[in-house]
Formats: sequence, C-alpha cells, structure tokens
Amino acid sequence: MKRIVVGAHYGTGSWLAQRVTAIVIAVYAVVIALVVLFGGRPLSYAVLKDLFSQGWMRVATLVFMVSLAWHAWVGVRDILMDYVKPDGLRLTLEVGTILLLAAYLGWTAQVLWR
Amino acid sequence: MASASAKKLRPKYLSLSALLFEIRLPLPGWVSILHRISGALLVFPFAAWLLFMLDASLASEQGFEKTRAYLQLPLVKLGMLVFIWAFAHHFCAGIRFLLLDINRGIELRQARLSSVAVFAASLALTAWFGVKLW
Repeated sequence: MKRIVVGAHYGTGSWLAQRVTAIVIAVYAVVIALVVLFGGRPLSYAVLKDLFSQGWMRVATLVFMVSLAWHAWVGVRDILMDYVKPDGLRLTLEVGTILLLAAYLGWTAQVLWR
Repeated sequence: MASASAKKLRPKYLSLSALLFEIRLPLPGWVSILHRISGALLVFPFAAWLLFMLDASLASEQGFEKTRAYLQLPLVKLGMLVFIWAFAHHFCAGIRFLLLDINRGIELRQARLSSVAVFAASLALTAWFGVKLW
C-alpha cells in the first residue's frame, strides 16, 4: 500500500484516541450521575463544595475535560472534513474549535483550583 | 412500459430537498446522523453552558442558589431537556458504535435491533431525567 498524499498517520491514532476518550467520558459521567442521584445527600452548596475540594475529584474532572476536549476535537474535525469543502472556511472553523476547546480547559482549571 | 417508468434519473445530486424529502434513512442511519448532531450540540453550546453553571454554583453560596433558581425557569428546563437528550443519545449510540468496532452486532438483523435499542434507551433516559427535572 502506498499512501503519500495526506501524511503519515492516516487517522489511526485519532480513531483510537476517540474510542479511549469516549470510555473515560462515559465512566466519569455515569459515576457523577450515580453520586448525585444516589449519594444519599441532597445537593447543596456545602455538598458540592466539599466534593470539588477533594484532590481526586479535581484531578478526575480535569482528566475528564482533557478527554472531552480531545474527543470533541476528533469529532468536530471529522464533521468539518465531511461537510465544509472550502479550505479557508474549514481552516477557520478548525482553528475556532481548537481555541474554544482550549478555553474550556482553561476555564475548567480556573473553576477547579480557585 | 414498467421498465421505462422505473428508469431512474442519473446522476442524482444530494440537494437539500433530496436530503429532506426524498432520501429515507434506515433507522441505523438516523442513529448515526443524530450521533453527529448531538455531538456537535454537546461541544457547543452545552459544554459552555454547563461549565458556566458549575462555575457559578461553586463560586459562592449565592451563586449556587442563583443557579438553582435559574434552573427553575421553563426555558432553561427546556434547554436542559435538549442537553439530556443529546447526551443520552450520544452515549447510547456511542456504545453501539464501540460494539460494532469489536464486531458485535454487525449482522443486518442485530444492527437494526440495536439501533431500535439506542432510541428506546436514550428516549427512556431523557424521559426519566426530564421527570426528575420537573
């Protein structure tokens, strides 16, 4: 097989990353949903503050958000490659997506370590 | 005779009206396109919206109470319902795709059945969380 037009990796890494990050996101979401719904304590400011002051919760949330950003990048890039044909517009939207996801990560860090 | 009327016009272009009114997607096709649409919605605006609410809720006691009151507004609840549907559909369809990746349920019959299951599960989850929301 000789494929030299588009580069070296042909998307296998992205394909795998999207699946691995999907599992991280799913596990985090299910655990959070279970904790909030069946944690025994009704959700109050004290409960929420207490939860997010735990070191493991902060790290888990950051790992979740990094996975989310990575997963979103692969997905949005796939959508843009499929539907947005003009190169300039697609590049603009891709850069916009990267900046948005970077902003999400910065915002998350700010919320977690205030 | 029959063959003349059965002759299709070629080539066929994917116009918007063709997409909307002529091409009828099979159920697994709906799972797939809604997986894309829900994914895009989750990236924007829902991720930003939820971060905004988490930020406000963790900032202070007043922020938490404000967010709680904000979540009582009918339009906000409607928005949350759309978020819940988008997440539930993306989640269930995603699990189906992961199973397809490892060659589970790739026969036509099971594939159709699993797409029905995705809709049933995601709509049930949406309804359940929706009831909890109201």
